[in-house]
Amino acid sequence: MSILVGKSTRLVVQGVTGGEGTFHTKQMLDYGTNVVAGVTPGKGGTDYAGNEKDKFKRDVPVFNTVADAVRKTQANASVIFVPALFAADAILEAGSAGIGLIVCITEGVPTRDMLRVYDFVRSKEIRLIGPNCPGIISPGLCKVGIMPGFIHRKGRVGVISRSGTLTYEAVWQLTERGIGQSTCIGIGGDPVIGTQFIDALELFNQDPGTDAVIMIGEIGGTSEEEAAAFIKKNVRKPVVGFIAGRTAPPGRRMGHAGAIIAGGKGTAQEKMAAMRAAGIHVVESPAMIGETMEKVLRRKGLIRSLPARKKPAPARKKAAPLRRKGARSRKKR
Amino acid sequence: MKVHEYQAKEILKKFGVAVPPGKAAFSVEEAVSAAYGIGGSGWVVKAQIHAGGRGKGGGVRVAKTLEEVRHIASQMLGMKLVTHQTGPEGKIVKRLLVEQVVAIARELYVGVTLDRASSRNVVMASTEGGVEIEKVAAETPGKILREPVERTAGFHAFQARTLAFALGLSGDALKNCVKFLSALTTAYEAMDCSLAEINPLVITKDGAVLALDAKINFDDNALERHPELNLLRDLGEEDPLEVEASKSNLNYIKLEGNVGCMVNGAGLAMGTMDIIKLAGGEPANFLDVGGGASAETVESGFKIILADPHVKAVLINIFGGIVRCDRVATGVVEAARKVKVEVPIVVRLAGTNAEIAQDILKNSGLNFLVAGSLKEAAARVTQAIREPVGA
Repeated sequence: MSILVGKSTRLVVQGVTGGEGTFHTKQMLDYGTNVVAGVTPGKGGTDYAGNEKDKFKRDVPVFNTVADAVRKTQANASVIFVPALFAADAILEAGSAGIGLIVCITEGVPTRDMLRVYDFVRSKEIRLIGPNCPGIISPGLCKVGIMPGFIHRKGRVGVISRSGTLTYEAVWQLTERGIGQSTCIGIGGDPVIGTQFIDALELFNQDPGTDAVIMIGEIGGTSEEEAAAFIKKNVRKPVVGFIAGRTAPPGRRMGHAGAIIAGGKGTAQEKMAAMRAAGIHVVESPAMIGETMEKVLRRKGLIRSLPARKKPAPARKKAAPLRRKGARSRKKR
Repeated sequence: MKVHEYQAKEILKKFGVAVPPGKAAFSVEEAVSAAYGIGGSGWVVKAQIHAGGRGKGGGVRVAKTLEEVRHIASQMLGMKLVTHQTGPEGKIVKRLLVEQVVAIARELYVGVTLDRASSRNVVMASTEGGVEIEKVAAETPGKILREPVERTAGFHAFQARTLAFALGLSGDALKNCVKFLSALTTAYEAMDCSLAEINPLVITKDGAVLALDAKINFDDNALERHPELNLLRDLGEEDPLEVEASKSNLNYIKLEGNVGCMVNGAGLAMGTMDIIKLAGGEPANFLDVGGGASAETVESGFKIILADPHVKAVLINIFGGIVRCDRVATGVVEAARKVKVEVPIVVRLAGTNAEIAQDILKNSGLNFLVAGSLKEAAARVTQAIREPVGA
């Protein structure tokens, strides 16, 4: 099982004939994603099979508008590769055409534009992921975004992250240990984004195909603290967490528009403390994400094919309440 | 992007935000003629640097005569101004703002910024003007009043009135404050600001409401929409290495440590800095080379990192997803040959074609410390810091 994207996803690519759009449409088709349409205003009515550099394995019909694409192909999800100043327009177009899941890859969208589309997206109950994100993948089923497909493996750990390559790093550490993923979502590094940690956590919490979650945050804002409070209250699946940027200086934007310690708030230390207090297994080093998740899964008996390692008594004691509830969620399945 | 106080005030004035009469000056003569032109019975000479806390460092002084303006301006121009925000190295003053002295009755605070928790802009006001607002927020959060700028409905007069009444204003001051807040919020939205802060906002003895200081930051993502702002960029206020990096499309921030790093992706770059710290080093920089780590980007990255004399080792950490590691490795080898690197370089390449990449590095004849995993990379960094060059 997985969340948000899977075999029933019918994808339309907005900006399909651009350089980025072409390259990643090819990658998505190769991964097995059901790309049903592309949109490039003015090129409607043609079939597109990529360019010299990136040839698609099959034609993708191109439409002038997302509404046309939906009418003709029953597309139900969109991925956006248009330039930053046109991204808000693309989101509104997809939402108006009845698309329920919009993944905006575009980096550098002005905050004012995102504030403008925010209410529209919420009022229509549209799920927007991003902008400035790698997208979402349910390994083995469907890839909507720019992440390298081969580093993933089908399985039962959910991954949520504000960053791109750091997510790949965490996923790779899991895959190398033979631990697969149910779905991996990059929510994006901007200050105003469509899907927050809490939204994704709620979905993973309800997903019977997800046993545990990895949450990767970074400095800036308070969404990790809010997520920690949500986890403490609602989530009984184990969560392993990391916050990037403990060495970041205040007042400097660390690449992502949202990664900035403003007015002394949003430090990695504060976030880690809030997450620890919520029972999240927080790692100090990003090199320890996979290893820690493996330990947690073993302790909870969620990796059964391999012999369990030593079980230290104090750790067991601490994990006891989680364990009981974990057992209950397994029974449900 | 940041601008100087005088530039911020010029922008705000266009939107109807009231500011004291004033003029920028780049020389002593200009300062004197600015004061003469503005008129009045006294002037404030203010050093223009991109940092707060100027008053305490001697960057804001009052002159009663034109001769005093001349004297102060000649002292201030070229002086090294150290404040709590500049760091001990301070900043050289090259520009001044000369303003008419105003008769202050009260000092307040107002600001507009994004509230990320609610994904809305928020207008803040406080009776605690003229002091560090972060301190007020931390110690007495109740003294900061907030009104949201609704995403679609915007900011309305009743909200401005609510804030003005709560600040204890009445009569002309109340009316002027409402006008001020509306104009400030309009400017913030129209100019794609990420911060518009007036500290202090002053109420004069005759009920005028003026921005005595003004600080504006712009959303870098929206600068393309405001080409006129390009002219306001003061490269003298930016780190020369950062300016150099931005020319090569590299996202570089200089830090104080001894281990340089080059990474693809902002999150992984921050994570790599954390690893350096855990390994016993201090990151010398943040450097995100972006999606395509080509030989050219690696080369300019090397040059920029090594221009910092404090760098004792370099960690390159690239996760090859769409980018192939063997290409990055070739780029690293080429760049290292060209740039003549004399400090140990730890290279960690993972993902697509990582094994081929490791062979390329090992067979290059150059002295790389090659790591497979992040954990190994950390250990190599510790080793590199401890051992002398060339070991």
